[in-house]
Amino acid sequence: MKSLEELLAIKEKAQAQIAARDAEGNDGIRVVVGMATCGIAAGARPVLKALTDEIAKRNVKHVSVTQTGCIGMCQYEPIVEVFEPGKEKVTYVQMTAEKAAKIVNEHLVNGKPVVEYTVGAITE
Amino acid sequence: MRELSLNILDIAQNSIVAGASLTEILVKEDTVKNELLIGIYDNGKGMTEEQVRNVQDPFFTTRTTRKVGMGIPLFKMAAEQTGGSFTITSQVGVGTKVEALFKTDSIDFTPLGDMASTISTIVCMNEDKDFIYTRKVDDREFKFSSADIKTILEGVPLSEPSVINWVEGYISEQTEQLFKN
Repeated sequence: MKSLEELLAIKEKAQAQIAARDAEGNDGIRVVVGMATCGIAAGARPVLKALTDEIAKRNVKHVSVTQTGCIGMCQYEPIVEVFEPGKEKVTYVQMTAEKAAKIVNEHLVNGKPVVEYTVGAITE
Repeated sequence: MRELSLNILDIAQNSIVAGASLTEILVKEDTVKNELLIGIYDNGKGMTEEQVRNVQDPFFTTRTTRKVGMGIPLFKMAAEQTGGSFTITSQVGVGTKVEALFKTDSIDFTPLGDMASTISTIVCMNEDKDFIYTRKVDDREFKFSSADIKTILEGVPLSEPSVINWVEGYISEQTEQLFKN
């Protein structure tokens, strides 16, 4: 059973990680998931969950996951945007939980965007 | 929407956009009467009578009314198709109340789905807002308050993936307890 004591332990571990992050002064990667009616109906919630699950599992640092409203290409939802400091934004479309896990591993961990899932590849 | 919990995720988004500092979400199940009540109550900026009418009409709303679109009509339809009911009341400057009653024994009843995932998403992606989630099954009740969690976390962001996982797991396990015995 998950308990409040467990949350306390998570807090302490997270505090240490945040302190280390701040000390390095490293600007993090921002991952944004579109969560308007269109995104939610298309399956954005399991995508968001897969992203945070995989990030937690692999203990990826310097990455934050947030949500936004309608990105404006409803037919390509679920959409995930990756903002990396100093690099061009990468837009992933028609996402699934499986694709999301792959993006964490290949893009966020290894630094190689998964080109075949990007809006450029799909709309060609 | 394939699950009512997805409608809830969507409708709660309206409360957030309306600037609500506190949104309460109620899911109340009556296993004797075969009824499920979903309530979303916020203290956001509220709507005029005309706006309340418009948000229920899927063909009226356009992109200029960014606050809502298909969200409310879809939720309303999900309730009414079970033989249940839907109400939305609002007062400018006070807040908005959305209530949907479902007949759970109707063939057109959409399953509630993964509420733990919906609540953890709402709570953890909106750090600056507070949420109270109440889950009732007959006379048993579980309450989750984001303010309590923030007190424990002492500034650690709710959006930390390990925190999101905990919130989801906690809600899921506590809900399971409601159904035991």
